[in-house]
Amino acid sequence: MNVSLILIILLVGAFATFLAGDKLASKVALFFGLAAAGAAIVLLNHYNLGENISFINQWITQPNISFALKADGLSMAMLLLTTVLTPIIIFSSFGNDYKNSKSFYALILFMSFAMAGTFLASDGLLYYIFWELSLIPIYFIALIWGNGDAEERKKAVVKFFIYTLAGSLFMLVAFVYMYQKAGSLLLEDLYKLNLSATEQLWIFLAFFLAYAIKIPLIPFHTWQASVYQKAPTVGTMLLSGIMLKMGLYSVIRWQLPLAPLAAKEYMYIFIGLGIVGVIYGSIVALKQKDLKKLLAYSSLAHVGLIAAGTYTLTLDGLRGAVLQMIAHGFVVVGLFYTVEIIFRRYETRAIAEMGGIRTQSPKFTSMFLILVLASVALPTTFNFIGEFTVLYSLSQINIWFAILGGTTIILGAYYMLKMFQHAMLGETNTKPFADVTVNEGITLVLIIGVLFFFGMYPKPITDLITPSLEEILTQINRIN
Amino acid sequence: MNTLIAIIGLGVLCLLFEIFNLRKAIVPITILGLLGVLGLTISEFNSTESYYNNMIVVSKFSSTFSSLFIVLTIFLVALGHNFYENHQSKISDYIAIKIFLLAGSVAMVSFGNLAMFFLGIEVLSIALYILAASDRMNLKSNEAGMKYFLMGSFASGIILFGICLIYGAMGSFDVTEISELSQSAELPVWFPIGIVLVTIGMLFKVAAVPFHFWAPDVYEGSPALTTALMSTLAKVVAMAALYKLLSVMNADISESFKIVVVVISMASMTVGNIMALRQTNVKRMLAFSGVSHAGFMLMTLLSLSTSAGSLLYYASAYSLSGIAAFSVILYVCKNRDNEDIVNFHGLGKTNPLLAAILTAALLSMAGIPIFAGFFAKLVLFNQTIQAGYLALVIVAVVNSIISVGYYFKLILAMYTKESNEERKGTPVIIYAVAVIAIMLNIALGLFPSFVLDLLA
Repeated sequence: MNVSLILIILLVGAFATFLAGDKLASKVALFFGLAAAGAAIVLLNHYNLGENISFINQWITQPNISFALKADGLSMAMLLLTTVLTPIIIFSSFGNDYKNSKSFYALILFMSFAMAGTFLASDGLLYYIFWELSLIPIYFIALIWGNGDAEERKKAVVKFFIYTLAGSLFMLVAFVYMYQKAGSLLLEDLYKLNLSATEQLWIFLAFFLAYAIKIPLIPFHTWQASVYQKAPTVGTMLLSGIMLKMGLYSVIRWQLPLAPLAAKEYMYIFIGLGIVGVIYGSIVALKQKDLKKLLAYSSLAHVGLIAAGTYTLTLDGLRGAVLQMIAHGFVVVGLFYTVEIIFRRYETRAIAEMGGIRTQSPKFTSMFLILVLASVALPTTFNFIGEFTVLYSLSQINIWFAILGGTTIILGAYYMLKMFQHAMLGETNTKPFADVTVNEGITLVLIIGVLFFFGMYPKPITDLITPSLEEILTQINRIN
Repeated sequence: MNTLIAIIGLGVLCLLFEIFNLRKAIVPITILGLLGVLGLTISEFNSTESYYNNMIVVSKFSSTFSSLFIVLTIFLVALGHNFYENHQSKISDYIAIKIFLLAGSVAMVSFGNLAMFFLGIEVLSIALYILAASDRMNLKSNEAGMKYFLMGSFASGIILFGICLIYGAMGSFDVTEISELSQSAELPVWFPIGIVLVTIGMLFKVAAVPFHFWAPDVYEGSPALTTALMSTLAKVVAMAALYKLLSVMNADISESFKIVVVVISMASMTVGNIMALRQTNVKRMLAFSGVSHAGFMLMTLLSLSTSAGSLLYYASAYSLSGIAAFSVILYVCKNRDNEDIVNFHGLGKTNPLLAAILTAALLSMAGIPIFAGFFAKLVLFNQTIQAGYLALVIVAVVNSIISVGYYFKLILAMYTKESNEERKGTPVIIYAVAVIAIMLNIALGLFPSFVLDLLA
């Protein structure tokens, strides 16, 4: 039994969903999503027992490319994030009617397949293929099932596609260059390379372009807010919950260990970029009138902090970053889901048009409040652990980084609570607001449960990721 | 050799069908015949033989490329069934010309003598001139045929001139002899001049910048099926012939020549892509996209001794996606007087299957994984970096990004715009060709070694 099983389940699921027809599509997709999550948990069990669940097979002889999937703690954690969030995201869409839903759900599973592949691949080209492949489904999901004016949506989505493709093609050049040196693109062969400082700098920059656009870091973030706003909520969840983490994960897995000299040399610049993102995102979020856009900018601030954490090159920074990646994945999916719930009732995302929901729907409001508080890193939530560890690691580098990075919590609390106040309290809206349905309740409670459980007991995840992060750190700190 | 004879025999047979009034059966029988020829070619795959004083040399290179050409011709002949519906009386001529064109193509990759090479190129070109002008009641088609003929015969003249200079310098038409003589220290100045002239002529045939001006007009004016043939079969034939010509005559081409290749390759990609961005006619757009693909394929000339496999792979990937794209275009633009993007509006709703196929074909051309086009570019980049031309690869990468712009213009038109009119009928053969071509493309993407290792 090895990790290729999950990829097979998701891929078969995508085809099965497509063949199941429009009526059954959502249920079939949910089934395969749950199956993948189940398989991931079983595999995690095997992994914890010390079994080898990696998979490697020669794929192309010339150039020498292998179908190599490597499962270590880090990729297992990301795999779990993907496979657990996928059924949640599918389930969250159950109240909606989508045209041609068989294609819609098939694309979701296919995207999940590509993202899981990205987290698992340990051959450069295979990784690149999965990385690019994940772009196609989200392109169509946002384009066809998105909302708002078709022309504007088209512009936003095409910009997003060309941006990300442009970034990743330079990554491809970097891989081809390294292939010339190493004769293989297997991660362990690439780790053995001895590249000069200049070569490392160029490789670092080529990777950086790809990741900075995907994460996104300032000044490569311009695609983000409009795509988040235009995409259907499911697409936004996939983008912000999982796809952004692809970029952050890749920084840890590929960029830092392959070009450690450049990472050390220019550490302050990259941490600085992350911190600037935190402040910029928070300030812009203050001004937003659209709930989805507000969350997009808050997301920009949070991932900026995570990126800053990874570039500290310390164990705490990396660990905090991974924890926060998972925590942010859950909380942001939860928050976007609440936006969707409001939209189903009010048919608006403008904060000004909401209000007084608390009196009509106390259950929904309390769950919304918990998610809001979790996103601003309230102690006992998972986000607190992640954000605190990252800030701690930043303070080790330079106390000012921690202070400036800490504004994410202060400003975050300000704009999130302000938003909460406007949307939930205040004058009652004329339209009635029905309380959450059973389906909606289950989804939200599940997400909140995860956030609290790991907030109070993060040990399983830290134990899972620490060994592989230590391995990566030794790779970063090796003497060239 | 047997391949060539069998193909010509098949062509003659096609003409005889006309006499016996068997027009209905001509497409299926030709396809069967071509499949037989394909089998014959593959069975001779490992043999290396020369015939008639080295006139024809059958090698791995020639048989793999011939097989590709035969496969492409099968697709093109199959598409003809639907395309020539209204020209039943002339269908056997059209099919026969295509078969003869194939014979010329095969000669162009299996020549051992420059005379044979020139014969091949003329058979191919004349067939193309006729096909370009084959819609004889249409002014545009006439114009295209005339334009192509004038420009093409000029290029043929330059090639012939080059061959004469090479003969003057070396005293032989035989490529192996020329190759041996070219190793000697003292080369007459006529030899490099001759090589340059032949290369210029061939660059014209592949439509590389700055010899590309004929392409958009001719592509636009010709009947759609002829455009499909030009942009797939004729382009890869010319490219393979240029590759073979340079590699058999002097394998170690000089640095200054390589710089010229680099410049032409960069110019072709950039000009082709930038011009394509502005086109509203799909045929013109694909003509410019073909110019940029020619630029990519020219990269193989920089490492002549090792890049035959990657040229084969790129040619297969490009031409298969071209066939798939053009079969959709044939369906969409049937009975329309132009091929503007407007015609594709709403295809994603009215005909999801064909829209998906066209999307896949365009994604392959843009070089998105898992389609073959991605691996084609990857292998090419790999080889070019190995040869030491990192700057060229970076230009190529930037161009790949630009190309996404216009490929996606078409994809967006299919999925976001509302369709303006209904299309009736489901032409089974077009569907079959499109599906098989795109399946082959994806299969090549999943198992690239299958083709890449053929010529390794």
